[in-house]
Amino acid sequence: MSNNGFQPKLLAFCCNWCSYAGADLAGVSRLQMPHNLRVIRVMCSGRVSPEWVIKALSSGMDGVMVLGCHIGDCHYIDGNHRTKKRFAILAKLLGTMGINPNRLYLDWVSASEGVKFQDVVIKFVDRIKELGPTPIGAYQGVKVDR
Amino acid sequence: MSDARVGVFVCHCGTNIGGVVDVSAVAQYAKTLPNVVWAETNLYTCSEGGLASIREKIEEHKLNRVVVAACTPRTHEPLFKNTCEEAGLNRYLFEFVNIREHCSWIHMQEKEDATQKAKDLVAMGISKVQYLDPQQEYEGDVFGSSMVVGGGIAGMTSALSLANQGYEVHLVERENELGGLLKGVHKLFPTNADAHKVITPIIDKVKAHKNIKLHMPALINDVKGFIGDFDITIDENGADSEVKVGTIIVATGAQELKPVGYHHYGELENVVTQLELEGRLKKDEKWLHHIKGIAIINCVGCRNAERSYCSRFCCMTAVKNAWILKEANPKSRVIVLHHDLMAYGVEFEEYYRKAMEAGVLFLRYDFANPPEVIGKDKVEHVKIHDELTDSHLDVACDLVVLTTPLVSARDNEPVSKMLKVPLGDGMFFLEAHVKLRPVEFATDGVYIAGSARWPVDIAESISQGYAAAAKAAIPMSSGKIKVEAITSYVNIEQCVACGTCMLACPFSAITVMDSDGRVHAQVNEAMCKGCGTCVATCPSGAIQQKGCTDQQILSMINTLAEVGGIE
Repeated sequence: MSNNGFQPKLLAFCCNWCSYAGADLAGVSRLQMPHNLRVIRVMCSGRVSPEWVIKALSSGMDGVMVLGCHIGDCHYIDGNHRTKKRFAILAKLLGTMGINPNRLYLDWVSASEGVKFQDVVIKFVDRIKELGPTPIGAYQGVKVDR
Repeated sequence: MSDARVGVFVCHCGTNIGGVVDVSAVAQYAKTLPNVVWAETNLYTCSEGGLASIREKIEEHKLNRVVVAACTPRTHEPLFKNTCEEAGLNRYLFEFVNIREHCSWIHMQEKEDATQKAKDLVAMGISKVQYLDPQQEYEGDVFGSSMVVGGGIAGMTSALSLANQGYEVHLVERENELGGLLKGVHKLFPTNADAHKVITPIIDKVKAHKNIKLHMPALINDVKGFIGDFDITIDENGADSEVKVGTIIVATGAQELKPVGYHHYGELENVVTQLELEGRLKKDEKWLHHIKGIAIINCVGCRNAERSYCSRFCCMTAVKNAWILKEANPKSRVIVLHHDLMAYGVEFEEYYRKAMEAGVLFLRYDFANPPEVIGKDKVEHVKIHDELTDSHLDVACDLVVLTTPLVSARDNEPVSKMLKVPLGDGMFFLEAHVKLRPVEFATDGVYIAGSARWPVDIAESISQGYAAAAKAAIPMSSGKIKVEAITSYVNIEQCVACGTCMLACPFSAITVMDSDGRVHAQVNEAMCKGCGTCVATCPSGAIQQKGCTDQQILSMINTLAEVGGIE
């Protein structure tokens, strides 16, 4: 597939205490990264409903990231343990829905890991560029200009 | 939300945002979005001029929703929420959009793309803000009394501190005596002061204090409630009593590891632990005159695969007792066998040096090649491999002292379950944050001091005892607690009372209850910390989180899908 010039549309859910703060640190440190990502802040990665991810991927987003605190560091004791279990199942479900599970990415970024945030974003953008545009939007007739 | 009147304030932040993002274009774009009745740019929205403009525009344009697109909500959100409140707008009808840390600062060379991203983010914020509801913050009373669990040095310090501040304290001690581990200790490093002389006056003060109610010997049977309003059932001498407290301090301490299986402990006479040695020394020191060779072996049963931690104070205990033994009988040979000797700080280093000057011998052993205690019935000699000189020594010994770590107290598990606070490695209690909140639990109103959290020495126990008391006094002195309105709530009509949310809640804030013949989940607002884990778990969509409902987030996703201008 030729993906020349393809700019993926990506969404990330970041938890307030770790990954959002890590993204802030990346900003404060002026770590440059691709502009493809939009971040939605939630209090805990445990709040991220699988429904949101499915909604995003089925309405034209090319990829979704869920970033939480490292296991053991959750501000809410063990909210991210649930995230981990939930998204392992969701990845399988996406496969059965015809969505490549690699369009979903779960990782842990602490408040001090601005560099890791940058790294995760760069790699995810590369991964989705490799995968190409999501076929979902086209099927649903959603206007996807590219 | 057709009646929404949204005002959008886009910040230049000097050149921080304005130097990359075309701020005016973002504001112009915002004006074109549904229900936006005002959009403007500010050089610094957080300056007094910017804040005044928000207040004015709320009044002038009858704004009922405000969006600020600027820096990170993690620093400036309270400021803008306060500003809304000052203008008569509920502080929860505000949405913050981050176009600095998450946009201008990370796309400094891509001005057009950054501007488009800022537009997308602002559009997402505008769509979410319209679904926000005004909220009232939960406010509860806090009882001016506290329960301290554990009558060791940390617990007694906390109890006295709170009692001296005028709060009623219920001190619960499991044993028949106050003093904890310290009552078995002979002398204290680094002063060699008599432990008995240090702790007795403290015990007397606790017993005599009019604000301290001592429950001893007693156990906690049950804990109900939350910060400000705990109902505790105490089993004292077999009889239950009920007390009501606003805060709880956990100071349950720890216990010495009995090193069964190490160095013939329990098999050979005169192989003892440090605490057993202290007990003998407390009685008298005369018996030491017959002892010719003493080996003290450090790190027995810790810093290994089973217990990876360092018990922190035991190096100094070993130095202290080695020194005491050497001074009591200068003709004896006293060897400390260690694997790294931790003598941190000015006093401890000095103390260590003095022990060496007194003639105590310190040798380093390797964990792969530990000392070997040899004897029949009683200790005869110890084979040592000195790691630094790589030489093998065989030393005649008639006393071996094993320095063992503190391990968690035996009833940490039931206490942790009753108080709904977590245990970490080694079944020690786990604080809210190792650096930022060292004497608090993540659960509000419950605090921790002393070796219940991790092995500490006397000075540290006392510091933590004071610290926990100071923290517990904060809600008690104000008498009120406020909870940010980001808590979960249940739609009773939709709830099928499956209890999944109850199991998911890390704070045990949810119960399934029967009200007026209908069984449903109920969120206790004082206990809910607003993580939203229950919401994502609910199979019937009956539970939602204030400020983060499915509708609000899905509206952001929809908006991004529609407007997303990534090209």
